[in-house]
Amino acid sequence: MINSSLKQLASMLQSKKISSVELTQSFLTRITQYNPSINAYIALDEAKTLAQAKAADARIAAGNATALTGIPLAQKDIFCAQGWQTTCGSKMLANFIAPYDAHVITQFDQAGAVNLGKTNMDEFAMGSSNETSYFGGVKNPWSFDHVPGGSSGGSAAAVAARLCAAATGTDTGGSIRQPASLCGLTGLKPSYGVVSRYGMIAFASSLDQAGPMAKSAEDCAMMMNVMAGFDERDSTSLQRDKEDYSRELNKPQTDQPLLGLKIGLPKEFFAEGLDASVAQVITAAIDVYKKLGAQIIDISLPNTGLSIPVYYVLAPAEASSNLSRYDGVRYGHRASEYSDLNDMYNKSRAEGFGAEVKRRILIGTYVLSAGYYDAYYLKAQQIRRLIAQDFIEAFKQCDVIMGPAAPSTAFKAGEKVDDPVAMYLQDIYTISTNLAGLPGMSLPAGFAQAKDGPALPVGLQIIGNYFDEARMLNVAHQYQQVTDWHQQMPDLKRA
Amino acid sequence: MALSIEDIKKIAHLARIEVSESEATATLSKLTGILGLIEQMQAVDTTGIVPMSHAQELHQRLRDDVVTKTNQREAFQKNAPVLGNGSTQPAVAGGLYLVPKVIE
Repeated sequence: MINSSLKQLASMLQSKKISSVELTQSFLTRITQYNPSINAYIALDEAKTLAQAKAADARIAAGNATALTGIPLAQKDIFCAQGWQTTCGSKMLANFIAPYDAHVITQFDQAGAVNLGKTNMDEFAMGSSNETSYFGGVKNPWSFDHVPGGSSGGSAAAVAARLCAAATGTDTGGSIRQPASLCGLTGLKPSYGVVSRYGMIAFASSLDQAGPMAKSAEDCAMMMNVMAGFDERDSTSLQRDKEDYSRELNKPQTDQPLLGLKIGLPKEFFAEGLDASVAQVITAAIDVYKKLGAQIIDISLPNTGLSIPVYYVLAPAEASSNLSRYDGVRYGHRASEYSDLNDMYNKSRAEGFGAEVKRRILIGTYVLSAGYYDAYYLKAQQIRRLIAQDFIEAFKQCDVIMGPAAPSTAFKAGEKVDDPVAMYLQDIYTISTNLAGLPGMSLPAGFAQAKDGPALPVGLQIIGNYFDEARMLNVAHQYQQVTDWHQQMPDLKRA
Repeated sequence: MALSIEDIKKIAHLARIEVSESEATATLSKLTGILGLIEQMQAVDTTGIVPMSHAQELHQRLRDDVVTKTNQREAFQKNAPVLGNGSTQPAVAGGLYLVPKVIE
């Protein structure tokens, strides 16, 4: 049951083979058993969770259930959920109880989904290993010595360890796709503006986007049907008609369902820096796509290498502004001893933020400071346009772009934590889609043997054109019809 | 261009984050590495390219001029920090937030 798809769970719930309370309890039992070692959840509240499950059962009995009614989900701790501790992985917000719901939380509540808890994450979503969390690192369920990726590392580990049926994540530079890759899940970052950012704690507002992290493309489509849609409370939410993201999953039903699909392979995604063992798995996945009828086209995204420098100007600049709200006055951490108002700000922020968050605030402050704005911020915005134009050109030749989601499998905890530049390079294949605002996803494509360790998951990335999520989900789903990587589960007793 | 310890202290002051001498030294080496990465941008000729400030070309929506928010001061003040400087009380009084004296 813990490995069932959302569709199977919905069918079991609605035919009353199982109640939501029973299903929820089985996940809570697994959480009690495994979360102390994995640390995927920051906040759990059994009473709240079970009350939602009871309400879901009543709704099912009354005959007005939706597809997700009664299904236990995990929410990244970046989303405000009324009455829940909402920390964003930071000491700054360790005591913050959200007084309202994020739009995403409201959507899941209205669908009748059950909230199992808030998942661990890199502090303020700044990190690629979940090691910057104030609440401690998260173990990769495939190997406890390795990181789950980040920043949505808790959500990734919770789905991989089957401590929830599916989860939410957010992706500013790869924070859904890289942990999905490292933990063997299917994760989707939608086009910018598709999912409301209302109540989602801001990191870099022009890049932040929420999306699902689940076992399969089919599950992601069901999650998207609830999460996506216009919300007037987010000024960047796009006014588009409601979509059924499942609509293209199963068509057409032929031996070569992807006949005519043009897949672009950017040479920059297979250049130096990509582990040979990961490249092998990606090549094998592309071969599967050839058998499904797809045509492979060599393309180039020449400015890919610049995406990291550009991102590390723009994201910190936006973060330094967004995080200026944490001043110790109305909520969040306040220093216990201070002399005057400035001293209170200085000490509260010095104590409340961790090292990586401080580094990014300082970089952002520097690149926006007088005399440097043109050389850094404006320059980065200009190159951002070049990166977006690369994609516009590429999509004239192909329907989707494929490549690795991350340059390697999961690395060991502690390996990169003292070298920010090495950590930043984890996102070399994911950042450019955030800068362009395009949708991207990662799906499990196999395993690669680490040099001195276990076989670890490898993620295949699919990048689509703007608002092409339904097609990307179809492309992923067809692969998952002929492979079973997405159904493999880690052995938690051995990890 | 190379950053100095004095630059780090100035930036930290602008960002209102207290740094000790030893933290400033450690931060200098990390930030120098990151700025080295960022310097790669300078090799690109961007003459005439319109800066891209956002992922979507959006125009600010206007809403009707009606009240949409209700007063939730009491709920919000439940998250007030502890006052500090010897007091364990929340930093609120009479619906206001307490901060050190600003005006002499």
